[in-house]
Amino acid sequence: MARLETPEALESFRQEILSRRDPDSPCVSICAGAGCVASGADEVIAVFEKEIEAKGLSATVSTKGTGCPGFCEQGPVVVIYPEEICYLQVQAKDVPEIVAQTIENKQVVERLCYKDPATGERAVKESDIPFYRSQQRTVLCNNIKIDSKRIEDYLALGGYAALAKALGQMTDLEVLEEVKKSNIRGRGGAGFPAGRKWEGSRNAKEPIKYVIVNADEGDPGAFMDRALLEGNPHSILEGLILGGYAVGAHEGYFYVRQEYPLAVKNIHLAIQQAEHYGLLGENILGSGFDFKVIVHQGAGAFVCGESTALMTSLEGKAGEPRPKYVRSNVKGLWERPSVLNNVETWANIPLIIDKGADWFTSVGTDSSKGTKIFSLVGKITNTGLVEVPMGMTLREIIYDIGGGIPNNKKFKAVQTGGPSGGCIPEHLLDLQVGFDELTKAGSMMGSGGMIVMDEDTCMVDVARYFIAFLTDESCGKCVPCREGLRQMHRILTNITQGKGKQGDIELLEELAETAVEASLCALGKSAPNPFLSTLKYFREEYEAHINDKRCPALACKELINFYIDPDRCTGCGTCRKQCPADAINGDKNLIHIIDQDKCTRCGTCFEVCPPKFSSVVKLSGEPVPDPVPEEERTIRKKTKEKG
Amino acid sequence: MGDIQFEIDGQTVTAVPGMTVLEVAQKHGIYIPTLCHHEKLEPFGGCRLCIVEVEDRGWTKYVVSCVFPAAGGIIVRTRSEKVDRLRKTILELLMAHAPDAPQLVELAKVYGADPNRYESDPSFCIHCGLCVRYCAEVAQKNAIGFVDRGINKEISFVPEIAAQYCNDCKACFPLCPTSYLQAAFVYAQAMTFPGAGHN
Repeated sequence: MARLETPEALESFRQEILSRRDPDSPCVSICAGAGCVASGADEVIAVFEKEIEAKGLSATVSTKGTGCPGFCEQGPVVVIYPEEICYLQVQAKDVPEIVAQTIENKQVVERLCYKDPATGERAVKESDIPFYRSQQRTVLCNNIKIDSKRIEDYLALGGYAALAKALGQMTDLEVLEEVKKSNIRGRGGAGFPAGRKWEGSRNAKEPIKYVIVNADEGDPGAFMDRALLEGNPHSILEGLILGGYAVGAHEGYFYVRQEYPLAVKNIHLAIQQAEHYGLLGENILGSGFDFKVIVHQGAGAFVCGESTALMTSLEGKAGEPRPKYVRSNVKGLWERPSVLNNVETWANIPLIIDKGADWFTSVGTDSSKGTKIFSLVGKITNTGLVEVPMGMTLREIIYDIGGGIPNNKKFKAVQTGGPSGGCIPEHLLDLQVGFDELTKAGSMMGSGGMIVMDEDTCMVDVARYFIAFLTDESCGKCVPCREGLRQMHRILTNITQGKGKQGDIELLEELAETAVEASLCALGKSAPNPFLSTLKYFREEYEAHINDKRCPALACKELINFYIDPDRCTGCGTCRKQCPADAINGDKNLIHIIDQDKCTRCGTCFEVCPPKFSSVVKLSGEPVPDPVPEEERTIRKKTKEKG
Repeated sequence: MGDIQFEIDGQTVTAVPGMTVLEVAQKHGIYIPTLCHHEKLEPFGGCRLCIVEVEDRGWTKYVVSCVFPAAGGIIVRTRSEKVDRLRKTILELLMAHAPDAPQLVELAKVYGADPNRYESDPSFCIHCGLCVRYCAEVAQKNAIGFVDRGINKEISFVPEIAAQYCNDCKACFPLCPTSYLQAAFVYAQAMTFPGAGHN
């Protein structure tokens, strides 16, 4: 197939692709995203291909490795079209049965379908699974339908129709106006209105302008951008070209962290394919608009996600932020107007142009429009990527979609917005998710990380963890961030180790204020958030650590002791055998005792003690009872008496 | 291009477009403390000591004056309770590394900074970058640079270049606020290019 010279040529090419595809012929889609590959998806794909060929079905049944559909907890995920039968946790050994039963005989393999843990009911279709049912997947939904290495898959789903519409029927100003009207706010961090950012660049005097994809996702636990880059790279590319058209840029950049090698590969391939069909390069679809895209691999420094640091890094210098008060959309990369948006923002643009701003604004809250992808991780039953309309409450996301907290534990807090976001406590679970709502609660949207924490999580330790991450990732250019975070980390570490002093909270508050007000870039300015939000909602935990040397969550190693309840110990020996420090004394029919001097508080005894005994307990802030006297250590058969 | 008029500490000042608030203040004899600023060098904005309070159309914000562009109608306050508090914390953080640096000791008196407020880590370099930037921008030799990142960042001489040029230049020596640079140079010289430049 040669270059597509007009929007009409693109459309007829699309029809040709569709005509070659029989919508009724079976297609096996297997998630080839990072999570599923880690659970064996590559082997599943290979065995499917082999099995289908062995049965002589290759002509009618197609197989494809696709992008991540989000339900990582239950991977590898296999969806069989046209019935959309969804199988979870599929292993290579399940494949012959699936091919024989489902593909040849149209029978569902029940045991591989989603089973509701509460009711035991099976859900056959993807859309029937509660995890998916409450979501509104407009950006993510195509991941499972696309082999990201085939542009034909994207075209078959209407890909590049928005570009054809924009170049064929709209002026560049009309594209900008549509994006402005959609009120889309940047999905990468602070939520600046994308249209206004674009307009600033468009109106800047300097004629050479740039558009840039920020694919430097580095938040612990977040993989929204990764899933889109790996699963549907053309959607981001199409958004970027549309942005270039609207602001008058002829050059675009993908700034991708090197830790995402599959994303880098897929983007390179997408660019090549788009160039081949004339969707990128000179005179796109015969419109006279030229646009080229360059991929830059970042070294994976978290600070390089900050706009000015990213641009400095793109210029080939050390990725440090610039001390300027002129916005990057006016003076950015090489001092030229540069629009920087994150992956998810760009992926939304083709949808806005294709379906219109009114469609986009019909979803969301007053100030936050559209959907948002979150990466739901931590102490949650259904780990994975979820896409929900803005305005959905945290409770709905965590309980209806996420399936709640596993092991009957109690919810404690949800950390949103990445390392520099904040922790939201239980009494705010009905908070609607939106840019301003989260900021008001002392957290932020960030790029969409959502880490759920249960009762076993110590909030002081959480603050310490995130401040430690940011201390490591600070570029070190400005004093409030480099030195302030170093001292904050030191004080927080002391508190979690029982070395907290009176006045530590005030000292931390002073350092936090200095970092917020005086830091050079957003990393430093937002870095104190984990401390400030946990202090706001969990101050009593700080006080317990400092005043009583007690960790209420029983999590801080230096502040807890393990103790074996003599009334519950059955002398089974499980803990004694597994204690790596030989700190447990006991024998058959002898109550076990922990030597507190030898104990390293690793928690092994606590974890291995069989739940029906639960004789190992954690203590904090109280003295460990004296061990049972030798003469009372023999265990008498009393289980039956107790019933 | 017309002049810009605004207010610093109650005094009306004038500037031409492109000037920073710090430049305007210095032109009018109004003192704002700085550590990493040098008139011959590109603004760095690293020490944050020149932070000032700016009121712009009713909004108050805190900006560093070495890079904040002068603008008509703004009201700048070089001292306020909060500005002083921020400067005090910055000084205390720096003094954890270099408690005896004369410039820091002087400023500590003004802002009531306690050199022992934070746990001391006498590494002496306060990362103002004056030596690194002077060598790159004015001397154009790049004999010294920053290595590593964040709290592990430090200055380091490039032996091959330093052996050739440093003995005849040493222009960065008087710029260093803590004298750490000289020590670093002597150490680098002893370890990597002993005798170079000596006849």
